[in-house]
Amino acid sequence: MNGDPLLNSAIFGVVVVATLFMVYRVSGNSTTADYYAAGGGFSGGQNGLALSGDYLSAASFLGIAGAIAVQGYDGFLYSIGFLVAWLIPLLLLAERVRNVGRFTMGDVLSFRMRQRPVRAAAANATLVISAFYLLAQMAGAGVLVALLLDVRSTGGQALVIVGVGAIMILYVLIGGMRGTTWVQIIKAGLLLVCVLMLSVFILGRFGFSMSNLLDRAARNNPLGEAVFSPGARYGESGTSKLDFVSLALALVLGAGALPHVLMRFYTVPDARQARRSVVSAIWAMVLFYLATLVIGYGAGAIVGSRAIQDAPGAENSAVPLLAFEVGGPVLLALVAAVAFTTILAVVAGLTLTASASFAHDVYANVIKRGAPEPGAEMRVARVTAVVIGCLAILGGILALGQNVASLVALAFALAASANLPTILYTLFWRRFNTAGSLASIYGGLGSCLLLIVFSPVFSGTSTSIVEDVDFHLFPLSNPGIVSIPLSFLLGFLGTIFSKERSDVTRSEQLEVRSVTGIGA
Amino acid sequence: MTRMSSFARAPEREYLVDAAGDPDFAAIRALPEFVALRRRLARFAAVATVAFLLWYLTYVVLAAYATEFMGTRVFGNVTVGLLLGLSQFASTVLIMVLYSRFARRRLDPEVAALRERAGVAAP
Repeated sequence: MNGDPLLNSAIFGVVVVATLFMVYRVSGNSTTADYYAAGGGFSGGQNGLALSGDYLSAASFLGIAGAIAVQGYDGFLYSIGFLVAWLIPLLLLAERVRNVGRFTMGDVLSFRMRQRPVRAAAANATLVISAFYLLAQMAGAGVLVALLLDVRSTGGQALVIVGVGAIMILYVLIGGMRGTTWVQIIKAGLLLVCVLMLSVFILGRFGFSMSNLLDRAARNNPLGEAVFSPGARYGESGTSKLDFVSLALALVLGAGALPHVLMRFYTVPDARQARRSVVSAIWAMVLFYLATLVIGYGAGAIVGSRAIQDAPGAENSAVPLLAFEVGGPVLLALVAAVAFTTILAVVAGLTLTASASFAHDVYANVIKRGAPEPGAEMRVARVTAVVIGCLAILGGILALGQNVASLVALAFALAASANLPTILYTLFWRRFNTAGSLASIYGGLGSCLLLIVFSPVFSGTSTSIVEDVDFHLFPLSNPGIVSIPLSFLLGFLGTIFSKERSDVTRSEQLEVRSVTGIGA
Repeated sequence: MTRMSSFARAPEREYLVDAAGDPDFAAIRALPEFVALRRRLARFAAVATVAFLLWYLTYVVLAAYATEFMGTRVFGNVTVGLLLGLSQFASTVLIMVLYSRFARRRLDPEVAALRERAGVAAP
């Protein structure tokens, strides 16, 4: 790629300075409600854009388009899972979560249970899931940098990860939820404009005929016409097919249970705005994922799948290569800047969520039993954000060069296993109790983690995290198909085998409150 | 003001607040209107969720195990798989629009009425 690293860095610098200035202007974080939830002051439309901003990570932007360019149809399967998944928050979660909680997922899960154990469990799940997601994003930043700024030495990439981490910590400390939300909104806007322009441009090249575009994509790919149907990536064997079904299940059930997605519902004033948030987010994502289909096949058609695989960064380089091909160094620099903003915004959102969960659930409610000294919770949240930011930098540096693409999918599997069953039971099953909550959170989280450690993602294959030793016992790289049903089962068994009666007053309150918002 | 007017409209209905002036959750939960509202909401959410999950899983299983069928051409280079994939987009938008309309027409007014009777200002 002949992009101009200087131009890329300059445009990136402008974006960072502009967003930091804006974060500084909108900030106003005197209370925990401001820091965690922006005082509930965003409209549904704004929060919808921010939701899509939180959700559409660099993995979506670069990864899916790249996968479509190289493997054809199988990349598209990701898009569909990521999009369809949003019906779960729309139909089951967004409004109820807004009505019941204030700041974190722990608020909802512990509402009618024994506070301390359930809050601690919810915080543990939040921290583990966010850590997986964060690590993937930070390591992805390293790869992107290698690609776009032409920083090839490990030391140089590590330095850039430190830079990314530092900016992200600044966003969170200065801006809190309000600043972070504005970063997400701007990022989502930039991303949408960017992908829509690219796809119109690509379609224009092929006389606005999808069929012509597909034809060229097939001719420029050694797979030929196999790119029009599924199977290139997952069709190899019975195991890989089952792995795909497992992944699909994790994607569709995990999205709505991601802690940083759930936390977004608290930034709007009421349940109706929470519903509108999801509706706007879905519209934005329909456009985005349709565009990735065009961009993916477009990159295959215009750049060619061989050239993409030979470039540094392989599949991830498809979109930047395409941008260079159709719009020269300036468009490449713009795409690079959008990709960077994407990473920054997503890691800022994750750090905020993790720090909120620790400060609000663990510190204020578990350690201080719901009565922290005034101002102390905020202080803890800020310190936690810095600590998590530093850990993310460290983890990102350690994970440099590792295969981390699947970490995002694993975060979805963890969320679907640890969070979704517990949230659904809490909201819809009257008898569900503390024992059931703990069984399904820890059972889902533990079984999922255990299966990951013994999966091919961790050891035994050339793309594993540990290449040289082989202790993989579980054949699938995504554990969702086992751990999600297991967590539902454990929640059920934990409830019926404990003698504990559920708290009737709080249950009544939860039922009324989740539907009507009375008492919220 | 709104409290007074609703009281005047339906004098037989007591406020759903307890002695301390807080919402009386037990009373609200026992209210036939609330039970009906809750059931209506749960029914829609359950039917829509099961429908979209089954439809999505059918698609996933076809993509994994019926690749030849998915590769059948419909016109030009456009395959059954591509159309089914796009139909997942369409069904997602359809369910979203239907739910929004249902919520706006059948849920929001009922919720507003209950909130008013419980002494909570309309959102």
